[in-house]
Amino acid sequence: MSVSLNASAPAAPRRFRPARLLRRHPGAALGGLVLLLLVLSALGAPWIATHDPIEMNVIDRMLPPGGDYLFGTDAYGRDLFSRVVHGGRVSLLIGLAVALASTVLGLALGVIAGYFRLADAIIMRVMDGLMAIPGILLAIALMSLTRASLWVVVVAITIPEIPRVVRLVRAVVLSVREQTYIQAAAAIGTRFPRLMRRHILPNTFAPLIVQATYICASAVLTESYLSFLGVGTPPEIPSWGNIIAEGRLYVQLAFWNILFPGIALALMVFSINVLGDGLRDALDPRLARRL
Amino acid sequence: MGSYILLRVLATIPVMAVVAVIVFLMLRLSPGDPAAILAGDQATAEDIALIRERLGLDQPLLQQFVLWVGQLLRGDLGSSIYLNRPVLGLILERVEPTLALSVSTMAFAVLLAVPLGVLAAWRAGSWVDQAIMALSVLAFSLPVFLIGYGLVIGFALQLDLLPVQGFVSLSEDPLAFARHLVLPTLTLGLVYMALLARITRATMLEVLNEDFIRTARAKGLAEPRVLILHALKNASVPIVTTIGVGIAMLIGGVVVTESVFAIPGIGRLTIEAVLQRDYPIIQGVILTVAGVYVLVNLAIDLTYSALDPRIRY
Repeated sequence: MSVSLNASAPAAPRRFRPARLLRRHPGAALGGLVLLLLVLSALGAPWIATHDPIEMNVIDRMLPPGGDYLFGTDAYGRDLFSRVVHGGRVSLLIGLAVALASTVLGLALGVIAGYFRLADAIIMRVMDGLMAIPGILLAIALMSLTRASLWVVVVAITIPEIPRVVRLVRAVVLSVREQTYIQAAAAIGTRFPRLMRRHILPNTFAPLIVQATYICASAVLTESYLSFLGVGTPPEIPSWGNIIAEGRLYVQLAFWNILFPGIALALMVFSINVLGDGLRDALDPRLARRL
Repeated sequence: MGSYILLRVLATIPVMAVVAVIVFLMLRLSPGDPAAILAGDQATAEDIALIRERLGLDQPLLQQFVLWVGQLLRGDLGSSIYLNRPVLGLILERVEPTLALSVSTMAFAVLLAVPLGVLAAWRAGSWVDQAIMALSVLAFSLPVFLIGYGLVIGFALQLDLLPVQGFVSLSEDPLAFARHLVLPTLTLGLVYMALLARITRATMLEVLNEDFIRTARAKGLAEPRVLILHALKNASVPIVTTIGVGIAMLIGGVVVTESVFAIPGIGRLTIEAVLQRDYPIIQGVILTVAGVYVLVNLAIDLTYSALDPRIRY
């Protein structure tokens, strides 16, 4: 890439203002509100839940929604409402952990790939290979190799998400490093770590936040798919995917065991995605046109 | 042109090599003794030793890799531990349902998503656009099993119009084949359609801002002609690329959909293999699927360079 004299510096990232978000993107604000409610119910699960989520009560099995049991009960007489409220904690935890882990790892690899030729060739070939394997299949394969636990699920979902972040960060670093202000900073003797921290990395933040939001939504969905397939979160933990996996066995007798966790899952993924769209429009207008 | 084709074909080799290395190392680098993990909790020492020997895990790593790649190049994906049969045969037996579901989903999604995306871009900002986009984010966020069981309860159990689950081979009974595919296709197609509609809209929006579109309109061309012949034709490259890259996502969705509708395809095979800790099957499925992904994307890239005279390398 040649350096032209009139190369314009990228626009300074706009300050994030919630009030403007609300006015310009009512959809995103609504998504944020729904998400906030879901987060609060997950945090306050022990107080909101009306029953113990794992206590069995065989007399009350497969009761329809209503009365003492807001969402009905499952085949063991466990209160579905309490299980769904507790399940939100698992989904949220996994979504956040995967978003954080894949962003941090992807950022590190992307910066290295964007700055060092040799590392670039190697890292990008590995990323191409990872992207050729469907994320769910890779996660299933990883899950088959160790005893299932919450953290193994996080690792198994994180690995397939990393290439997206690496590509994004690398593209930003590659385009920014040729800008005149970076060359000027390098010319006056700015050392690499400072150059990176002060001048290059800030350009990646806006697209990264947006990407991390989408990854969080996708991770929540993937966790439920893995658990649904019986290769995810250990079955004794009431995650939404696990509740649905159990409920499918008697879907004709008690469909609410799929309906309520399914709706909770859809609401969470939907609100995170909508929030991501709003953040994208607000933080990164250039990216907004791409998807 | 010829050298471009050659380079593009050669570029698939490192990708597949990386996939092979990932699949190979995943088992060997997993924490603990892979043979013991694969043998399961009730295995005796002899079972573990047998598995170790059968997978060649008792040999040095590099030697294992060379032997294994040699087998792969001869088309030998290894043998299943549990069923004691060649993996390639097991995959081929299960390929028809997966292929049928993938193709029908793709067709359904493309046929619906492209017109919707074009319509949304054409009327950008209007209520039509906003409705299409809101619905697509919603469809994109719905878990496959929620749509799947919703359709099963509605169309199969309540209305009794379509079969609840299962699969019938095309050669056996074409009508039953089609009837069994309707609900799974709708289920997965809705999700995939949402993704494609978003891409179509975004690319069309960019193209519609180009000067040649204004020229076409200024010449007085009819709007459908402008939209389809001038805009969509130019937007097709990114759209088709997304379809190609989206195959990875599609296959992931197929695995879940097969499970919802009890379709005996590759996805079910993989899950059964995981539950029986039959790693050679998992490994074979990943290699096959990645191979298909790489080949489809190669075909797409080569088709563009043939169709679009601007793409010359």
